[in-house]
Amino acid sequence: MSDSSTHPSYLHHHYGDVDQQREAAKLGMWIFLVTEVLFFGGLFCVYAIYRSWHPEMFINAHHALDWRMGGINTLVLIASSVTMAMAIRSFQVDKPKQGIGMMWATVLLACTFMVIKYFEYSHKFHVGQLPGKFYTYTGIEGTNPHIFFSIYFAMTGLHGIHVLIGIGVILWLMTKARKGSYHSGYYTPIEVTGLYWHLVDLIWIFLFPLFYLIG
Amino acid sequence: MTDNNTQSEHKDHILPVKMYLTVGAVLFFLTIVTVAVSRFDFGQFNLIIAMIIAIIKASIVGLFFMHLLWDRRFYMSAMLMSMLFLGVFIIITMSDTMRRGDIYEEVRHPIVREAAIYKNIDKSENDSHSGDNHDEAKKDDDEDQHAPTH
Repeated sequence: MSDSSTHPSYLHHHYGDVDQQREAAKLGMWIFLVTEVLFFGGLFCVYAIYRSWHPEMFINAHHALDWRMGGINTLVLIASSVTMAMAIRSFQVDKPKQGIGMMWATVLLACTFMVIKYFEYSHKFHVGQLPGKFYTYTGIEGTNPHIFFSIYFAMTGLHGIHVLIGIGVILWLMTKARKGSYHSGYYTPIEVTGLYWHLVDLIWIFLFPLFYLIG
Repeated sequence: MTDNNTQSEHKDHILPVKMYLTVGAVLFFLTIVTVAVSRFDFGQFNLIIAMIIAIIKASIVGLFFMHLLWDRRFYMSAMLMSMLFLGVFIIITMSDTMRRGDIYEEVRHPIVREAAIYKNIDKSENDSHSGDNHDEAKKDDDEDQHAPTH
């Protein structure tokens, strides 16, 4: 860690010191995460309203989802959260190679998540369990089963977009990490990306029981 | 919060690898628990149990992976505030959507028209067709209530 008399290249001129820069970045990320909670919150509210209006239909429709796939995806995302946290730790202790390896693992696990999601989605496309007017499936009893799939695709789709964005950001950070941009003195971009990644995991932790494990 | 020397020493919470793995294992375990619990029927408690486990898991992710346990309390309060306002948002919205039937109930059983003025109003309504239309509108509302199709 360089002392305050030098001016490291990663310190932007409008910050007093590295610490202030880091705290500003983290504060910004946390504010963004709060907006993300409220962003998904609107959809959770939609879920709550329609489930209260159609309780039996929700229970019938959730059997169309494979809890095994959802469960495996939950484990995959948790594992990717572990590797992401480990990646940050690797940069903290100046092991950038290990850190890049951990980021690779995170990206691979995220891709695994998306592949499983792809299989789930393509099956639903195939049998016509689609949102709104595109719903052609006839095997679910209850009022308005298309609403369940509207909410399912909206929430898991938005979550999937977040996973894809996370993959993109982590890959971008890996190219910078390979150039040696990150070390124990400066790893803020990886740290705040980690915060984002953990929130994506956190949202899935709620989506999984709400869609796959309705009792 | 010293502003001289080794600036990030107090914030570099370098945790042992073992802790990350332990936390990951606990989250794996709780995922299996939530699946296992969902195999049993606890009636109305199904949702509550699933949500309690999800909240425990989310707290573990927040406290350990997101370092809320060691980081500035402001971040934790921001996160808790967002959850609090999400709760306010959902509760207030649902206090409307769950109770719309009560309002329709009032429509179905209107005010008992005993006061003298209603006699004149009823007369004028019967003269025009607007009275019939009003009844149909009420009927539609009742049907909407039973099967919301929005």
